[in-house]
Amino acid sequence: MIKAKNKLGLVFFPAFDWAISPTHPEREERLLYTRDQIFEEGITDIEGVESFNPDIAEERDIERVHFCVPDVKSRVTESHRISAGGAIKAASTVLNGQVDKAFALIRPPGHHAQRVVYGDRGFCIINIEAVMLEHVRQQSKNMRVAIVDTDCHHGDGTQDIYWNDKNTLFISFHQDGRTLYPGTGFIEESGGPAALGYTVNIPLPPGTGEEGFLYVLDNLVLPILDEYNADLLVNSAGQDNHYTDPITNMNFTAHGYAELNHRLNPDIAVLEGGYSIEGALPYINLGIILAMAGLDYSGVREPDYYPEQLKQSDKINEYIKKLCEIIYDRWTKRDDLGYKLRKQNDFITRSRQVYYDTDGIMETQTQKFTICPKCSGLNTVKSKADLGYDILGITIPSDACPSCLDKGYNLYKNTAEGKFFKVYLQDRVNDNFLNK
Amino acid sequence: MIVGLDMGGTHVDAAIIRDGEIVDTAKTPVDRSNLFESIWNTLEELLSGKDIARIKRINLSTTVCTNAIVENKTVPVGMVIESGPGLNPDFLKCGKANVFVSGYIDHRGREVQKINPDEMQEALKLFQRKGVQACAVISKFSVRNPLHEKEMASFFQKHFSPVTLGHTISGKLNFPRRVFTSYLNSGIHKTFNEFSESIKTALNDKGIKAPVYVLKADGGTIGLKAAERYPVNTILSGPAASLMGMCALIPTYEDAILLDIGGTTTDIAFLADGISLFEPLGIKIDNYPTLVRAIYSVSIGLGGDSSIRVENKDLVIGPQREGAPMAKGGPKPTPSDAMIVLGLMDFGDKQKAFEAMKQLGEEQGITPETVAKKVVDKMAFMIKEKVDKLVHDINSHPVYTVRELLYGKKLTPKSINMIGGPAKALTSALESLFKIPVKFPKNYDVANAVGAALSRVTTEVSLLADTERQTLAVPEMGIYKKISKSFDIEDAKQMASSLLKQNAHKLGSDETVDVEITEAESFNMVRGFFTSGKNIRVKAQIKPGLVALNRGVQSD
Ligand SMILES: [Zn+2]
Ligand SMILES: [Zn+2]
Repeated sequence: MIKAKNKLGLVFFPAFDWAISPTHPEREERLLYTRDQIFEEGITDIEGVESFNPDIAEERDIERVHFCVPDVKSRVTESHRISAGGAIKAASTVLNGQVDKAFALIRPPGHHAQRVVYGDRGFCIINIEAVMLEHVRQQSKNMRVAIVDTDCHHGDGTQDIYWNDKNTLFISFHQDGRTLYPGTGFIEESGGPAALGYTVNIPLPPGTGEEGFLYVLDNLVLPILDEYNADLLVNSAGQDNHYTDPITNMNFTAHGYAELNHRLNPDIAVLEGGYSIEGALPYINLGIILAMAGLDYSGVREPDYYPEQLKQSDKINEYIKKLCEIIYDRWTKRDDLGYKLRKQNDFITRSRQVYYDTDGIMETQTQKFTICPKCSGLNTVKSKADLGYDILGITIPSDACPSCLDKGYNLYKNTAEGKFFKVYLQDRVNDNFLNK
Repeated sequence: MIVGLDMGGTHVDAAIIRDGEIVDTAKTPVDRSNLFESIWNTLEELLSGKDIARIKRINLSTTVCTNAIVENKTVPVGMVIESGPGLNPDFLKCGKANVFVSGYIDHRGREVQKINPDEMQEALKLFQRKGVQACAVISKFSVRNPLHEKEMASFFQKHFSPVTLGHTISGKLNFPRRVFTSYLNSGIHKTFNEFSESIKTALNDKGIKAPVYVLKADGGTIGLKAAERYPVNTILSGPAASLMGMCALIPTYEDAILLDIGGTTTDIAFLADGISLFEPLGIKIDNYPTLVRAIYSVSIGLGGDSSIRVENKDLVIGPQREGAPMAKGGPKPTPSDAMIVLGLMDFGDKQKAFEAMKQLGEEQGITPETVAKKVVDKMAFMIKEKVDKLVHDINSHPVYTVRELLYGKKLTPKSINMIGGPAKALTSALESLFKIPVKFPKNYDVANAVGAALSRVTTEVSLLADTERQTLAVPEMGIYKKISKSFDIEDAKQMASSLLKQNAHKLGSDETVDVEITEAESFNMVRGFFTSGKNIRVKAQIKPGLVALNRGVQSD
C-alpha cells in the first residue's frame, strides 16, 4: 500500500440524514458520490490518512462568535453544531500534533454566517471556520491565522467576523459580486480601523479558469501570505468555482483545485459550498485529499474534462493581471492607511443591509468600531430584522486593554432592559458571554 | 453428527457433535509438508468406530491457502487493471505481469470510456511471454457496472484459468482491495483445488457422502464447490474457529471481550449483543489488504511463554517468545513460570520456575513470590491497556448520519470470555482490573474444533438501485439489470433478501436462511429543481450465529 507524505486527518461527515429541504442543493445526496469516490479509491487504507468523527460544538463555542437571535438553541440545529464540531475536530488534531494536516469534509457550510444570526443565509447559519478558530484559540491565545476562502461566493460572513481583527488575515477569491450572490467582496472592503488591509478581496470575472486562479495564487495570494507569516493557514475550500457548478459561472477544475491546494499548502481545509455533486465534488475532494496528503494527484480529472474548452480568454488574463497589481499595491500600503484612519477618527461606523436569502429575512445594522491606541477597541453592532427583533451586540476583543474591557461591561450594564429585544456581551478576554 | 476440524499452525483439532453434545475429539500434530495428510489422519482417528453414514456434514478449516500466500507459493498471475482517473495506480502491481488499460466506468455505473481491444491483445501476448497461468481483471467501479470486467475477461478465459472478475469477489467499494483480493484468488486457485480434489477422493474412498464445508475468517462456512471457485475466502480462518468455539461454549447475548491467550500471543476480539464484530472491509494478509470478510481480531505478542526481562527496574513482558518456560527447560523467565510459582498452574519443574522469578527479583531484592504476582498483574494490565484502546477505536469508527453520531451504539463489554492455557491463571487479576466477570469454559482446548463444527454458511449481498438510470446491480451475484422507475427501498430490501437466500444455497447452505438487512439507504436524486430518481443501497447478510450446543460449558 502507499504511504502519505503528510499525515492527514480526515473528518468526513456527509450528514446523510439532513437537508435544508428535500430538493435544496444542501440535501442528503450532496456528498453521496464523494463518499463513493473516497471509498472506491481506498483512501482510508492509505498509511497516514486517519479518519475522525466530528466533535459537537457547544453553545459557548457558538456564543463566542455569534449573536444568535433570539438564542443559539432556536437558530442552530444539531447538524450545524456537528458541522462546526467537525471543523473543530480537524483543527484540534492538527494543533495537538496527531496529524500534520486535516480536511473537514463536512456540511452544512458556514462562510456566509456573520456575527449576527437571525437565520440561514447562503445555506449557512453558523460560521464553522470561525467557531473552529475561536475554539482552538482558547488554547493558543495569540495565534495568527490566515484564512483563504476559495469558494466561488464571497465569504462575507467570515469577512464580517474578522473585519477588525489583525490577527486573522482574510483573503477571499470569488466571482465578482456584481454577477453573483451575496453581491459583496469588492476590493474596497478591506477591514475595520484596527485591521485595515487585513481583509483582502479578489473579485474575479465570470469565466476564470485554472490559469487565472493559479495566477492569482502565485502573484498575489502567496506573496501576501509570505509577508503575513501566519501560525496557521486555513483554506475555506468551497468547490463551486468548478466548470460544472450549477449556480456559478467559473471554469475551474478538479486538477486546478488540487494544484491550488498543493501550492497554498494549508494546515486545515474546510469544505464550504460546491453543488455539482456528481461532476465536480467527487473529483475535487479526491484531489484535495491527495494534495494535502502529499500524494500524486496528477491522475485526478473529471470524466468530461477537455482542457481546450476551458481555456481562459486573453481579455480575462489581462483583467486578472491588472486586478492583482491593484490589490497588491493596496496591501503594501495597508499599515500607512490604517495609521491615518486611526489618527483622524475616534470611531468608525459602518451601516449596511444583510439579506438572508435562504430564510428571506432582511437585516439592517450599524457597527461601531471604537479606536483605541492600546488595543483593537470595543465594537458594537445595533441590528434590526424585518422579523421584528432589534438587538445590541457588544464585543470586547481578545486584545482589549483594561479600559476597553470596563467600557464594554459598563455599556452592557447601563443599557436599559427593554431598550432592545436583547443585549449581548461577548467578552473575548475572559471568554465570558452574557445576554439580557 | 457434525464433524468440525480446525487446522492450526502446530495441531489439527477435530470434534464430533451429535444432538448438541460433544461426542468425541481428536488432536494430531501438523506436518507442514503434507497438509492434506495432516487433516486426513485426524479425521480417520476421529471417525474410527463411528457410524459414518450418520455424518450430516464436515466443516474444516485449512491453512493451505494462507500458507501458499505467506510462503509465496502462488501461481504466476496476469493482472489487467482498468484504473481510470484517480490515485496513481502503480502500487497495485501485484502479479507476475501487470497491465494498466484505458476505459472508465463512473460511480453511477455509466460507461465513460470504452475498453480498447488492442490493449487486451497486447496484454495477452505479454502474459503468454511471461508464463502467466491465471488471470484477474479488475475495473474501477465494477461493482456499479461489471460490463468492462466481463468484456475484458472474454479475451483471457480461453487461455488462462481461472480468470477472476473483481466484482464477483465482493460488493464493497474499494478498488485497491478488489485488485489484491482478485489477485490472491487467482494465485491460490490451483493450490486449493488440488487440496479439495484430495479431500473428495479420500472421502469417496471411505464411502463418506456428507457434504464438506470450508471455514472462513468471518466465522462462517462456504461449500467446497463454491470454495473451489473463490478459494480466497478460506484464508486466515484460524482465529475465527476459536472465537466461534468460545461463543458456543460460553453463549452470551451481551457485549463481551473475547480473549484467546496462548503461549506466544493473545488474540482479542469482541461481541456486540452476542455477535462477533467484523473487520469493516476485510482481512489483511501478507501486506495485502483484502475484501475477505473477517471477524475483527487483534493479536498481541503476549502469552504464557513470552520472555520477561527487567528494564529500568520495570518488568517487560514479550513481545518475543524465546523458547519454553524455564520450568520446562527454557532460557528465559516467562509468565507461565510466575503462574507455577503462585500455584495457578501446575506443570514442569517447580524449582526452576522459582529460580526464574528469583532471577527477576534479584536486582531490586524482591522475593520470587512478589515478582510472580507482579508478572501476572502486569500481564493483565497489558491486556487491559490494549483492550481499552481497541474499544475506543471501535467506538470512534466513522459514521455518516446525525442519528448515528448522536445515538449510535457504543460497545460496553459486560464480561470477558476467555480460553487458552494461561487464561485461567489470569482470571482474578483480570477481574479486579476490568471489574466485570471473567468466564472460562472447561474444555477450552477443543474450542476451535467445536467452533468449526457449529459454524454455518454465511454470505452477504449488496444491492444498488438507481431509478434515474433504471439500473440495478448485485455484484456478488453478477446481476446487472433494468428496473422500473417506481422501484423503492422496500422492493430493494425484499429483493436483497430473496437474492441472499438464493446465494446462500448456491454457496451450499442446506438450512433455512435467517436474513438480516445490515444497511438500507435511499437518497432522493435531484437534478435541476426536480426529483429525478432514487439512489438505493441495501446490504443483506445471513444473521451470524452458530448451530447451538445444548448447554454452554461454564467455568468449573
Ligand atoms: Zn459558494
Ligand atoms: Zn483599548
